[in-house]
Amino acid sequence: MSEVWVTIAVLAVATAVIRASGPLALGGRDIPARAAAVIALIAPALLAALVVVETVGAPEGGALEVDARSSGSPRRAARSRWGSRPCRWSRSRPS
Amino acid sequence: MSSEGQADPRSGEFERGLRVGIPYSFAALLLAVSFGVLAQPVMGKVAPIVMSMTVFAGSAQFAAVAVLSAGGGAAAAVAAGILLNLRYVPMGIAIAPSTRGGPLRRAAIGQALIDFSWAAASRGGGRFSVPYMLGVTMPSYPCWVLGTAIGVFAGEVIADPGDFGLDALFPAFFLCLLMEGELRWGRPALVAAIGSLIALVLIPFTPAGIPVIAATGAALIGLLDARELAQ
Repeated sequence: MSEVWVTIAVLAVATAVIRASGPLALGGRDIPARAAAVIALIAPALLAALVVVETVGAPEGGALEVDARSSGSPRRAARSRWGSRPCRWSRSRPS
Repeated sequence: MSSEGQADPRSGEFERGLRVGIPYSFAALLLAVSFGVLAQPVMGKVAPIVMSMTVFAGSAQFAAVAVLSAGGGAAAAVAAGILLNLRYVPMGIAIAPSTRGGPLRRAAIGQALIDFSWAAASRGGGRFSVPYMLGVTMPSYPCWVLGTAIGVFAGEVIADPGDFGLDALFPAFFLCLLMEGELRWGRPALVAAIGSLIALVLIPFTPAGIPVIAATGAALIGLLDARELAQ
């Protein structure tokens, strides 16, 4: 089997297991009050992080990138693809 | 923790989710076309479509193709994909109290987890509407597979849909959901602030996927009781 098919097979199985793990591990059980308090706070933590990562995270990771995505406007973002370069900062300098 | 996920599916939550999910599925279709265009030279014509059918996770698929395209092996491509998909663990834990039924049913519900539907199904205070989430996810799956096929077979004659700037919609969407559903004074606001700070600090130093997962650690504030927090 080629690298491509191995990647697809393993990633498909791993993704299914990851997606099932939360509901399987905790679903249908009585959850202690403190654990329930933590679970209730996962959504604001994750949503806030998604806002930050989707706004200033470079798509490939490892760098902050400020471009027209930060405006939330597809028109500006599309225009920037054809013109201006993003402002970028990462720990390692590009070679 | 009560949940709207306990609601009877006939209550209309699924249909309401479906109505929200249909417009989003068009954005998913365009992103999938991008994926098909990028994946076809690396994986051929059939493999990208099979990947979209079996993985159904955009960021992980883009990452795996990027690694393979750069000459990385299967292990590196899988690792990149898993890293990005690990955020489904805390998302799954968050919806767990709202799920019901046996293990197979709960595992099947977990397969419907995508960022958009998970966020849209949040009702605040840790409550989720599972039928609504299923409704939002439902139209995205065929669009994701169809878009991939379009990108694979027609990629040479169409522009890269990524140039339309659709990715700018996602942070705005997540921000709206955060402000409307989750951001209340007290712990939720504090957790959101700490979570965003963790993500911001980690972005330049860690691979994609890690900042979002690490930000979940802010939820541990829930272990402190209100008096400890006030001190």
